Amino acid sequence: MSANTVALAYLIASVFFILALKGLSSPLTARRGNLFGMVGMAIAVVTTLTITQNWVLILACIAVGGTIGAVVARRVQMTAMPELVAFMHSLVGLAAVFIAIAAVNNPVSFGLPATLPMGSKLELFLGTFIGAMTWSGSVIAFLKLSGRMSGAPITFGGQHMVNLVLAIVMVGFGLWFFFSETTNWPAFAMMTAIAFVLGFLIIIPIGGADMPVVISMLNSYSGWAAAGIGFSLGNPMLIIAGSLVGSSGAILSYIMCKAMNRPFLSVILGGFGSDTGAVAATDGAQKTYRSGSADDAAFLMGNADSVIIVPGYGLAVARAQHSVKELAEKLHEKGVNVRFAIHPVAGRMPGHMNVLLAEAEIPYEQVLEMDEINSDFSNTDVVLVLGANDVVNPAANVPGSPIYGMPILDAHKARTVMVVKRSMAAGYAGLDNDLFYMDKTMMVFGDAKKVVEDMVKAL
Amino acid sequence: MIGEIDPTIINLTVFVLAVFVGYHVVWNVTPALHTPLMSVTNAISGIILVGAMLAAGPAETDWGVWLGAVAVTLAAINVFGGFLVTQRMLEMFRKKDKKGS
Repeated sequence: MSANTVALAYLIASVFFILALKGLSSPLTARRGNLFGMVGMAIAVVTTLTITQNWVLILACIAVGGTIGAVVARRVQMTAMPELVAFMHSLVGLAAVFIAIAAVNNPVSFGLPATLPMGSKLELFLGTFIGAMTWSGSVIAFLKLSGRMSGAPITFGGQHMVNLVLAIVMVGFGLWFFFSETTNWPAFAMMTAIAFVLGFLIIIPIGGADMPVVISMLNSYSGWAAAGIGFSLGNPMLIIAGSLVGSSGAILSYIMCKAMNRPFLSVILGGFGSDTGAVAATDGAQKTYRSGSADDAAFLMGNADSVIIVPGYGLAVARAQHSVKELAEKLHEKGVNVRFAIHPVAGRMPGHMNVLLAEAEIPYEQVLEMDEINSDFSNTDVVLVLGANDVVNPAANVPGSPIYGMPILDAHKARTVMVVKRSMAAGYAGLDNDLFYMDKTMMVFGDAKKVVEDMVKAL
Repeated sequence: MIGEIDPTIINLTVFVLAVFVGYHVVWNVTPALHTPLMSVTNAISGIILVGAMLAAGPAETDWGVWLGAVAVTLAAINVFGGFLVTQRMLEMFRKKDKKGS
């Protein structure tokens, strides 16, 4: 194919990628959107095959990677989606680094001049550096999300100073790389190595509660890494696709930060979600709360007119979504109006709760976003909080509280509140929750799945 | 005149416009589909596969080609895994629509 034909085919693929994202504006068009994405990718790959050699090698690698991808996609549990997404971000990052190294090694195969001009070097530097940070950052995020590493933030004195110094040293090596007449491998290698270390250092101080932000941010990075490689190779399709992903991740990070009322910078600088909550929890020990059994809770819900269920990460951990569906169905049969209220940061990644409830085949119209349902809590008989904590903490309305200003689900306005929780321990924000000590609140202790199953039996 | 423009400037033009398109398209995504959005963007960032194929493409085989081959494999995991897991999730949302209607 001529260079022009290739460029046009890439343009068509780019349009398909835009349509893929556009399709997600509604569940009705979303599957078609995903299909558009696949078509765009197929066009891109087939077109690229016409301008490369080594078909056997390339197709074999695609077959191997594709098989692994397909198996993973089929087997993964919906509760483990955040880990899978983090894992996939890391792959994009690593691939970007490998491509950049290959481009420095043999620029001609990418259509670049044999001696790299300064502009290309700068672009390769950006692609490598973002890719390397994406890789190491995502690996840490993956380890934290999958519980292989503690979610607690890891901080040490002078952390930000160390990061800053490393960043400056990295840019220094980058400059050395730019201004070298020939290919300066030592400078390039040092720069890449430091970028890997930086990605690691930037993610370790961020606590478990901020994971939705981290995962969105890494999503964004992986897009910028692809765009950076697009710049290096002068390939507009990579730039377009990468920018779409980059801006998507950036918007999701913004939405998550807003839902927690935390400035993006403070999330990134980290250290939040540590164990300092132990202090706040001690004065909570003197307060009294009421606890009841699953049977009591089931009785109250069975006699209510309206019930709102607030699911949180605890539901995902206990894999209780299917039991919750049974509970909702039982209540529905009794003529109770059952709805679900989803806080934007419920779960470990944006939209995670919606997917879990969808997996359990809970009807779409029963699942409502915070803005849609918040005004209804005051006319609701019973609110059932399942494994959620900070997102229903009325302290968010109290000036001076660490979470003041965070938008919450107004569960405390309902006539009766029931909270299913393992213990009285504080949530990720490390704050005591006044909701648990209200007169109208009943605590039901135990594993979310077990408790919900007991409720179903009692009904 | 076009011939005199540095390709980087043209790339920058494409980049800025694409960011705007991304910004407007993504704000229209319904919050319920944010997880599928993330997995589909994961698949799309697998477009880096194209760069990896170019790295693995040259006829004279040196270590750069092998590095490219590894990158092809990694990116292919992303492309297939991303699109297929998105499809799996969206099927779940479809079931709900049927029941609801």
